[in-house]
Amino acid sequence: MKQQIFTIIENKPLTDSVYRLRLGGNTSAITAPGQFVNIKLEGKFLRRPISVCDRSGSMLTLIYKTVGKGTEQLSTMKKGEQLDLLIGLGNGYDLTPSGERPLLIGGGVGVPPLFSLADELLQKGCKVSAILGFNTASEIFYADEFRMLGVETYITTVDGSAGIKGFVTDAMKDLDYSYFYTCGPEPMLKAVYRASKTDGQFSFEKRMGCGFGACMGCSCRTISGYKRICKEGPVLKKGEILWED
Amino acid sequence: MGRLSVNLCGIELDNPIIPASGTFGYGYEFAELYDINILGSFSCKGTTLHPRFGNETPRIAEAPAGMLNSVGLQNPGVDAVISEELPKLAKCFHKPMMANVSGFSIDEYTSVCEKLDKEPQVGWLEVNISCPNVHGGGMSFGTDPAMAAEVTKAVKAVTTKPVIMKLSPNVTDITAIARACEDAGADGISLINTLMAMRIDLKTRKPILANVTGGLSGPAIFPVALRMVWQVAHAVSIPVIGMGGISSAEDVLEMMIAGAAAVEIGAANLADPFVCPKIIADLPAVMDRYGIERLEGIR
Repeated sequence: MKQQIFTIIENKPLTDSVYRLRLGGNTSAITAPGQFVNIKLEGKFLRRPISVCDRSGSMLTLIYKTVGKGTEQLSTMKKGEQLDLLIGLGNGYDLTPSGERPLLIGGGVGVPPLFSLADELLQKGCKVSAILGFNTASEIFYADEFRMLGVETYITTVDGSAGIKGFVTDAMKDLDYSYFYTCGPEPMLKAVYRASKTDGQFSFEKRMGCGFGACMGCSCRTISGYKRICKEGPVLKKGEILWED
Repeated sequence: MGRLSVNLCGIELDNPIIPASGTFGYGYEFAELYDINILGSFSCKGTTLHPRFGNETPRIAEAPAGMLNSVGLQNPGVDAVISEELPKLAKCFHKPMMANVSGFSIDEYTSVCEKLDKEPQVGWLEVNISCPNVHGGGMSFGTDPAMAAEVTKAVKAVTTKPVIMKLSPNVTDITAIARACEDAGADGISLINTLMAMRIDLKTRKPILANVTGGLSGPAIFPVALRMVWQVAHAVSIPVIGMGGISSAEDVLEMMIAGAAAVEIGAANLADPFVCPKIIADLPAVMDRYGIERLEGIR
């Protein structure tokens, strides 16, 4: 983990409520796809955790949804303004067990962290497929970016306005894959857990205090003991998950 | 002795800055970020007899100039603290640390203190009779002078280390509790723990915290904490540790002028993990600005 100041290069809406934030600064403390950053916002006490979509050299790409006052405030920030970030937080995805044909399954703002994962899996020589699930056509983002990377990309929408009608699990049924990586809302993660035919990794979201393991605000129970989503997570392996109902 | 050094219950501190329990883990997590030996000391995560998961999540909510938490004393239990956490800490921290102890019965408090009493790394026992996030223990011992005295007496009987009683602000008269602890033999008082609070999520119309209520901390509570430290410091003659919303060198000076012998920094560590080194670095210049030569005796 490092504290770094970044400068806003771009803060642009991709849909009605999803924004892409491009930041310039030193990204070297980010060591794995699936890690997150924690952003200090003027007038807010707690930082806001956002997953890393992509990093390349001195550019960091984050994609976030406006869900409350903090992210709404972030969406009004302009090019040239500076942000104080804690970076390199969390464990991230482990690429080692991917096999040759990993499947990525993202729902809504769970899609972004899978982007740099896809990139790294392709560089590793894998044939990568992705299912990106949204509620409706107007909420779709980054489908073209995944395709341009070289990922075989399937879209699902709940209302059928684009791609396959239904949930990500409806698209999973017909695909063969060696391993899977997923990120999205918890009901979707649960459905993926039940529908999956192989081992895989899940990225979780929880209300956090510090984001770096100090406050025990985001603890969860797992097969292998208590874990902090911000420190031992946000990525947990399928075999260690205990669902809390 | 440097300008920043202070004495806390007979132990010399290089400076009065002590990260507060629950915001600093068992220390070694922060040692990855900076040399934690620059601190005066630190108070470890509240330790109970048995391992505890704590409350369900969400445990955290934002507040104006602060935050709510309802962690509920998640900790691995005193035996694991002694066998696993303290050895890890020994590799990166070479000063006396403050062991924060919590319990649900007098027996639990004394069992935990008895075990920690044997640990040479432990400088002080900070006995938490003020946790607002657990039921049937914690704060219930700290809201009644007779109960507070009983815990103090029982703990004092099993340890030779200085015993600091950590008090709750959620009482009618905090000075009555402080005096009861002093009369029962406490070596020091620390205050304040968090203020009972809650938030509601307008989208769900339900409390944000799974525990419904939590403890408010952060700059929002600093003036309340300062007032209570002032009151307690004038009511007892044992050392007082001031805490509650401190986030700058100026806040430290205010707290010490109000009567604190040392200070604990809590929520500020969560928003800015480097706040303690910053405060220690800032103190000399801020002291110069206000004509303060030394911290010891500043009151």
